[in-house]
Amino acid sequence: MKLDRRRFMKLAGSGAACLSLGQLGVSLAPVKAYAAEMKISGAKEVVTVCPFCSVSCHVIGYVKDGKLVNTEGDPDYPINEGALCAKGAAMFTMTTSHHRLQKPLYRAPYSDTWEEKSWEWMFDRIARRIKDTRDKDLILKNGKGDTVNRLESMFLLGTSHAGNEECAIAHQAMRGLGVVHMDHQARI
Amino acid sequence: MGSNAAEHHPISFKWVLQAKDKGATVMHVDPKFSRTSARSDFHVPLRSGTDIAFLGGMIKYILDNELFFKEYVVEYTNASLIVGKDYGFEDGLFSGYDAKTRSYDKSKWGFELDADGVPKRDKSLKHPRCVYQLMKKHYSRYGIDAVSSTTGVSAENLLKVYKEFAATGRADKAGTIMYALGWTQHTVGVQNIRSAGIIQLLLGNIGVAGGGINALRGEPNVQGSTDHTLLYHIIPGYMAMPNNEWQTYDDYVKANTPVSNDPMSANWWQHKPKYFASLLKAWFGENATPENGFCYEYLPKIEKGEDYSYMYLFDRMYENKIRGGIIIGLNPMNSVPNSNKVRKALDNLDWLVTSELHHSETTDNWKRPGVDPKTVKTEVFLLPSAHRLEKEGSVTNSGRWLLWHYKAIEPAFEAKPFGDMFVGFMKRVQELYRKEGGTLPEAVLKLDYPDRYDPEELCAKINGRFTKDTVVKGKKYRKGQLVPSFTALADDGSTSSLNWLYAGSYTEEDGNKAKRRSTSQTPMQANIGLFPKWAWCWPVNRRILYNRASVDLNGKPYNPEKAVIEWKDGKWVGDVPDGGWPPMATGKGRYPFIMSKHGFGQIYGPGRQDGPFSEHYEPVETPVARNMFSKQLNSPVYKYVSSEMDKLSAPADPNYPIVLTTYSLTEHWCGGGETRNIPNLLEAEPQLYVEMSPELAEEKGIANGDGVIVESVRGRVEAIAMVTVRMRPLRVHGRIIHEIGMPFCFGWTTPGTGDATNRLTPSVGDPNTTIPEYKACCVNVRKADRLTELAT
Ligand code: SF4
Repeated sequence: MKLDRRRFMKLAGSGAACLSLGQLGVSLAPVKAYAAEMKISGAKEVVTVCPFCSVSCHVIGYVKDGKLVNTEGDPDYPINEGALCAKGAAMFTMTTSHHRLQKPLYRAPYSDTWEEKSWEWMFDRIARRIKDTRDKDLILKNGKGDTVNRLESMFLLGTSHAGNEECAIAHQAMRGLGVVHMDHQARI
Repeated sequence: MGSNAAEHHPISFKWVLQAKDKGATVMHVDPKFSRTSARSDFHVPLRSGTDIAFLGGMIKYILDNELFFKEYVVEYTNASLIVGKDYGFEDGLFSGYDAKTRSYDKSKWGFELDADGVPKRDKSLKHPRCVYQLMKKHYSRYGIDAVSSTTGVSAENLLKVYKEFAATGRADKAGTIMYALGWTQHTVGVQNIRSAGIIQLLLGNIGVAGGGINALRGEPNVQGSTDHTLLYHIIPGYMAMPNNEWQTYDDYVKANTPVSNDPMSANWWQHKPKYFASLLKAWFGENATPENGFCYEYLPKIEKGEDYSYMYLFDRMYENKIRGGIIIGLNPMNSVPNSNKVRKALDNLDWLVTSELHHSETTDNWKRPGVDPKTVKTEVFLLPSAHRLEKEGSVTNSGRWLLWHYKAIEPAFEAKPFGDMFVGFMKRVQELYRKEGGTLPEAVLKLDYPDRYDPEELCAKINGRFTKDTVVKGKKYRKGQLVPSFTALADDGSTSSLNWLYAGSYTEEDGNKAKRRSTSQTPMQANIGLFPKWAWCWPVNRRILYNRASVDLNGKPYNPEKAVIEWKDGKWVGDVPDGGWPPMATGKGRYPFIMSKHGFGQIYGPGRQDGPFSEHYEPVETPVARNMFSKQLNSPVYKYVSSEMDKLSAPADPNYPIVLTTYSLTEHWCGGGETRNIPNLLEAEPQLYVEMSPELAEEKGIANGDGVIVESVRGRVEAIAMVTVRMRPLRVHGRIIHEIGMPFCFGWTTPGTGDATNRLTPSVGDPNTTIPEYKACCVNVRKADRLTELAT
């Protein structure tokens, strides 16, 4: 019987691996050695979707002790069948990069540096900015006297990186505030 | 056409290659020879911005040689409908043009109706004002010579493509077109795609297996972010944004619900009030009642005809009319045209909230090269965002499949998902309004806004719930339970749904269908590669839209070898049919194009801003001074902004004789703000370059690897010359015109890689979408004396 990589991994990763492999008539010694060496052995498989184009290739993240140890294409997804392009293949490096932003950063007016702040501080301050802007600039009626309730002086741009649920509440928030300048990559 | 799928949607291209292995002809029509061209049967270079001339020639070829699918065209498209007497077209302008407002009065383009208000038809296609005859006349001007001279494509190459593609007009053949931003990013972007729509309808290639016009959506969840609408002009589920003329809920519903008097037309949008009322219920919860118009009064109303897209936003920002805003997961300082202007415009903000994985040209704009931070007043917030593996939720792919991604690990460092950020500040804004009051606090306080970001719960809320006990098809649902489908949505306040298209994706019966991972399929489904049990597809798990156009009037597949659906023993089998009505021949059927008011595929499209048929116009910046097809050089209705920084070069300007097109790279995403920070990707594509033909290089004295300056009337950019036969000089209007190509993903925050290519491109846009014309503008190129932006 032919074992493709996917089936091999499923078997090797499960507790019943020895039994299954034995039943399949595979010599166990080299398989065990191989599995022990693999950094993904014993890791939890978590399915995710590549965040770089709408082919939406599926990717499996391998997690051990709460840490990401590897990523690779999901062979079961009928569209990518395990394959990934350069961007999808770089998922691991992207996620684990130490170049990533670590803390909320604040740049005061006319300042030449970033300062680290807490999330609470940032949220409070942003909420204050939004409310003051809205209170000052919300247009209740246009020149013709029509009710318009719109806030033209504030905007939202982005993003197609957000999930559906994030987009849905972003839109709801903006319309509640009266925002009309709203756009993202769909128009780029 | 308009796509380099092998490099930009690499995994989609795998299926193209599989089709090729099975005997399909793959043709690549694109200015640049790329990996897509290399793997195609042949490549045909054309000048950027001349796709309509190219496709118009194909329409003429199909009509002249009667290669269209006659029964399909007569029964399923609007070819047989009679257009009213007011329609006209003369020398590049359709009737109803107003030069002062640069717009059309579209009422001039309507259909002629009978006494019952049903469009008149002539199925013999002979009536001089039927769509078929008007189309024939319109495209009669697109002869091979004019097309060849405009596009730069040889007559031989034109005929080769026309012949191959027109051969799919047979019932047992299908042809598909894959396009991407190469078509949309033009001042005639929508009409590029309309041209393809006309061709595919003529050839009977819509609704069938292996057919269609495939928009290769480049951005990760751009299908979902469009459905859930991070856009100004619509609200979730493709409904119009309220404007000042629709003052009440009733005004809105009346103006936006199409009425068809034809009993054969399903006119699906007649149900819009149910979707709209359910959306308002989801937004305003208990506060929304039928009596108060579901809180419609609190919504913002845009000014009718006003444009709030980013091109206009940045223009208003430049004019100091914008105070603050939020930019997340987007790098407009690199990816929006005329970067010099937009970078300056951003300095005018009082406050700016950004959220990213890394610093970008946008987050750090206040300290960009040449600017003293001490002169920039903007208060900037930069929030670290979680990466895909660090959060769960759903996304929607190019084929409308709703896909769940699970959380693998905790967000790195202090990063958070965008969802947490919106909840984080919105709850506080609500709190402030509760405490302090303010301007129209009701609009904010009456929102039914989540207390914490819970994607699973929100996914269910998107599907929708009953707000009272209800019986649907004999089945009882309690208040709070999930609606089984959008057919259960109502406009009496008894249902809520954040997006009607997604109703049926998360149900009491089957749970969250985005999580389904079964590859099981019937032999019929397997035959055409449908996976109805893998995830879920909007609408109602229908995988191929308009699939009732794939069968004849008796419900028999036109191509039994590749059947999508079939009427068998009194029911449909195969894919989920586009409406369950019996076949047309029973007299109880409905026309297959259920989303259009009259039920037909729209060869004639009277709803667009720039005309019911496509017409070639030159790009706004063009190397030629005249249009071969009419006196009208550019689109008469393209959009533009006009600050002193929005200069345009004159047609055929000798200072800018070269056409520039821009593109992405496999290794970098969009403006590059993320991928440039990944060492392995940057190593593969490290620096900004410009591809040019050996002929142009020789003319300019440039050698491969030289540093060069590319200049437009708006800005200059440094790049490394890549002299290559991938770019070909084209013979246009009897002389040689050169085209060059550049990626746009490099920026100053990654030192030595180069800076925004979009400093060259203009802020002019399509009249329907306001998508800017990135793909064609005019530049010049010369060898650089010294380089400051590029590491050498
Ligand atoms: S791996 Fe490549 S082709 Fe697949 S979704 Fe990601 S970016 Fe797109």
